[in-house]
Amino acid sequence: MKSKFALAATTALALFVANTDANAETLRLLTWGGYAPDNVIKLFEEANPDITVEVTLSNNEEMIAKLRATGGAGYDLAQPSHDRIFAAQKEYNIYKPLDLSKVGAASLDANLLEGVKANATIDGELYAVPHQWGTSGIVADISKAPNVKGWGDLCNPEYKGRTSMRLRRTILLGTAFGLGKDPFALYADKAAYQKMLDEVTDTLIACKDNVKTYWNGGDDLSTLLLSGEVVVSEAWDSTAFKLYGQNKNLVYVPPETGALAWIDTFVLPRKSEADEAAYKWINFVMKPEIVKLMSDSTGAIAAVKNGIDLLPDDKKAAVKAAFDDKDLANLKFFANIPAGLEDMEGKALERIKAATSN
Amino acid sequence: MARTDVGKLSFILLFAPFALWIALLIILPQLGIGYISLREKVGPGEYTFGFSNYVAFLSEPIYWNTLLRTAWMSILVTAMALAVGFPVAYYIAKIAQRRSRAALFLMCLIPLWVSDLVRAFGWIVILRETGLVSSLLQKIGLVSGPVELLYNDATVVMGLVYTVVLFMIVPLVSTLDGMDNSLIEAGYNLGGSRLTVFRRIVVPYAMPGIVAGCIIVFMLTAGSYLTPILLGGKNSMWFTEQIYEQFVTRYNWESGATFGVLLLVFTSFVVWLGLRLTGQSLASTVAKD
Repeated sequence: MKSKFALAATTALALFVANTDANAETLRLLTWGGYAPDNVIKLFEEANPDITVEVTLSNNEEMIAKLRATGGAGYDLAQPSHDRIFAAQKEYNIYKPLDLSKVGAASLDANLLEGVKANATIDGELYAVPHQWGTSGIVADISKAPNVKGWGDLCNPEYKGRTSMRLRRTILLGTAFGLGKDPFALYADKAAYQKMLDEVTDTLIACKDNVKTYWNGGDDLSTLLLSGEVVVSEAWDSTAFKLYGQNKNLVYVPPETGALAWIDTFVLPRKSEADEAAYKWINFVMKPEIVKLMSDSTGAIAAVKNGIDLLPDDKKAAVKAAFDDKDLANLKFFANIPAGLEDMEGKALERIKAATSN
Repeated sequence: MARTDVGKLSFILLFAPFALWIALLIILPQLGIGYISLREKVGPGEYTFGFSNYVAFLSEPIYWNTLLRTAWMSILVTAMALAVGFPVAYYIAKIAQRRSRAALFLMCLIPLWVSDLVRAFGWIVILRETGLVSSLLQKIGLVSGPVELLYNDATVVMGLVYTVVLFMIVPLVSTLDGMDNSLIEAGYNLGGSRLTVFRRIVVPYAMPGIVAGCIIVFMLTAGSYLTPILLGGKNSMWFTEQIYEQFVTRYNWESGATFGVLLLVFTSFVVWLGLRLTGQSLASTVAKD
């Protein structure tokens, strides 16, 4: 009896598996933490019962490394930032062109779409569309550090042992702006860029004493700030807005030299296998009602028209508390990284990490 | 005739999984890494071959300093793991009652059931400035303000010892277990002091376990990634982190592969040197019948 039951169960299972295989399509997403919240996936799968969504969470560098390892296979839709498309495509050929007509381009914010087009068009073909945008700047606990204004405050001895940053290229660029330079203007001149990097490196090495620790991800950053161990930190605005919801003293401060703005995009990996499902997902998450759910989870602003108005109320309050129109006009969008620069920046970061301090 | 054929067949069948494992999962990837490490990038998608990646490693003090630092701290961790692990192993194998031995041994293995990552986060919760130890010390009145116990080398060494000490205990227990108690009694009967008996009888007998444990622990430590990074903070430089940085952050597979080869060669060299300096050899210890 028992064995008969087991046999029946196995057969049923086999049939079930075969059945789902025959009809279902899988959409393999390679994206950031929070960019594919469960509630959105559930709604998407209800609207498209023949598609199952599989999510892999990652970051810019890992996304490119993963796609490079397979020549662009293994995923159907990826979400690198807008400045990580041109060089990666030129060098490793891991993406394929997108068909803008299949994306509801009319609902996209025109400025952001133009920005992405300018950065991600190769040989006349467009490789990316914008999805979410946000900025990097400073988060400060205004009850303990009320006068924070710019990147330089991370190295202000007043907050010794109470500041944090992420040791990646953003802090190099931010510090450069804080020193009164314009790194994006120097992109074309390697010698001048190296000279600027040297100055930034020296500043950040001198600053190391002031830093409690370098954070690696949004969770680290949140714990450091919520526990009060850190009062001023470099931060993504999305994380800062979430923190504002938990503690009204934790306010995002766009640096006076301009917050650094990034746009996370949608791209098709070169060997993706579910393009139709990918376009469906792109169009689905741009619907106003989904944008709200998505922004609630990412904390970032959707790249659609009136993206800020479509934020959930608490996030909208946080954005209003952080940005005025002047700050929004002063955003510094990341420019495409020319080949070779990343190596110079990597060396600079290594030197900072290896320098000793107390 | 038929008999030897059967013998041959069973030998081949028994040997095949091992050979496949070594060839496919160890030798093949290492060859790939070695191949990439000799590749030099000239332009996008263009490569030549040569040793420039190795030259680049030698000409950049940050890289070899990190490698030396990693090796030095790994040796320290190995020594401390031996110092901590030996008494525990001796107790389990020789002093504890036969009945409680299995339970004690199992208790040593329990931490392995929790992933490295979770254990590292456990330490973070305990040691951070607003964590358990800091607030406890303040409550007792030993310190006036919060103390930060994370983000320094001492914490990294402690965290690593904690992670790897089991790999020291397990081989030690199994060697010490095989030692006949009458050997120790004979030592005492012949007038040996505790120290002499320990030095002349116990340690030489346990040597295969000590060597095996030290090699495993040293290799695990030098190749560990999570613990040094999570507990080490702003000044922690571990060589595996450099490899990760090269591969992932800087898209530089060539130099990442070079670092991988160098880590393997260098740690093997340290093991060889350790065996030479202590007058041991693999044949007389680990591979002893």
